[in-house]
Amino acid sequence: MNNSYFINIVRFILLVLVQVLVFNRLNFFGFINPMVYILYLYWYPIKENRAALIGLSFLLGLLVDLFSDTMALHAAATVTIAYFRPTMMRFVFGVNIEFQSFRLSNTTRAQQITFLALLIIVHHAVFFALEIFSFANIVLMLKKIVAIGAASLVLCLLFSSLFSVKKE
Amino acid sequence: MQQIINFVIRHKNFLLYLFLMMVSLGFTVQSHSYHQSSFFNSSNWISGSIYQGFDGITSYFGLSQENQKLVDENKRLRKLLFNQETENKDTMSLPGRSIYTILSGKVIKNSYSDPRNYITIDLGSTDSLKADMGVITPKGILGIVENVSRNYATVQSILNEKSNINAKLKNTNHFGSLVWNTKRFNIVQLVDIPRLVPLMVGDTIVTGGMSSIFPENVPIGTIQKFDLDTAKSFYRIDVQLFNDMTNLKNVYIVQNVDRREIMELQEQTINEQ
Repeated sequence: MNNSYFINIVRFILLVLVQVLVFNRLNFFGFINPMVYILYLYWYPIKENRAALIGLSFLLGLLVDLFSDTMALHAAATVTIAYFRPTMMRFVFGVNIEFQSFRLSNTTRAQQITFLALLIIVHHAVFFALEIFSFANIVLMLKKIVAIGAASLVLCLLFSSLFSVKKE
Repeated sequence: MQQIINFVIRHKNFLLYLFLMMVSLGFTVQSHSYHQSSFFNSSNWISGSIYQGFDGITSYFGLSQENQKLVDENKRLRKLLFNQETENKDTMSLPGRSIYTILSGKVIKNSYSDPRNYITIDLGSTDSLKADMGVITPKGILGIVENVSRNYATVQSILNEKSNINAKLKNTNHFGSLVWNTKRFNIVQLVDIPRLVPLMVGDTIVTGGMSSIFPENVPIGTIQKFDLDTAKSFYRIDVQLFNDMTNLKNVYIVQNVDRREIMELQEQTINEQ
């Protein structure tokens, strides 16, 4: 139990640092900065306290905001996906999540990708809606959501397969 | 009372979410006003020192390019210095008194892909940096200092939708405002130039003398294309920047010694009306 707390803290710090020091500087095609810190919510233990997750996500978003001068946009988007995470899990995995033995690693690849994609789409939609904040630029907003969302998804999938825990 | 407490307990996650969302929206809306709240930006101690440490590693990769830029600038300044006698001296400025003081610093964090871009530099209040100083590079204009902490400062880049800088056509006195439409990081827009002004693609745009932040005639860019706005009375000009905003390292911070005097005088005039 203690071990999982420790891993969570290390993951939190590493994801923030990787995000602000590497991925915020990527600027692929001039505007694509993938957001890999969403993986924290993907990896977060399923059975843990929900309020704690919301609080932690706010902190995570705020830390990323602090580094990227975006005020509290990351915090708002991350808090939103933290709140809707259980709903998304029920949608993707069905009643399976009620079982004690449920693990993310036991689900199919398609389910994992769907769950991650849902997290990323909702996060990016909230983030860019707030960042651009005008209907006049709705095309720019959609372009950013699709392009950056795709980049985030690819990178998150790579990371999740790179650091996957094999406990079969 | 019992029911209210039950309600709160039952919906505690939703209420927590609502509360945190309000907090973050509050911060965000606040940032849309002119000045950012002074502690939520990357000039603070934690992010400043982490960026500084990371910059210590990465700055080596661009070292030869940066040196070349500085050598080129030195060459240009030498040329100016040696040809000084032949050029007209500005008779208005008194000898022995310079209006602008210059500090030099380094960019430790750059961004150009957001609608509101901020750059962090490694100078702070201990280097006598203050808000509203102009920041330029060897090639051209960069932005205005917005928040200052002890050792770091954030600069509101010209690639920021809040940015609004006085600019003019080189060798004329037709001035307008330099803004950014958030679309491309190498193009900014010059607006409010009247339609009677003759324009050519390729004309140079420089800073105007209206602002007390930048000296006059700091280069900005060249005209890429222009057309009339919807009211058909002013031009809307796309300006290609001289600066490569994706590749910044050494910057100069310009301070107008008389800025406070100018501001006080202007304020006094407005108040007397």
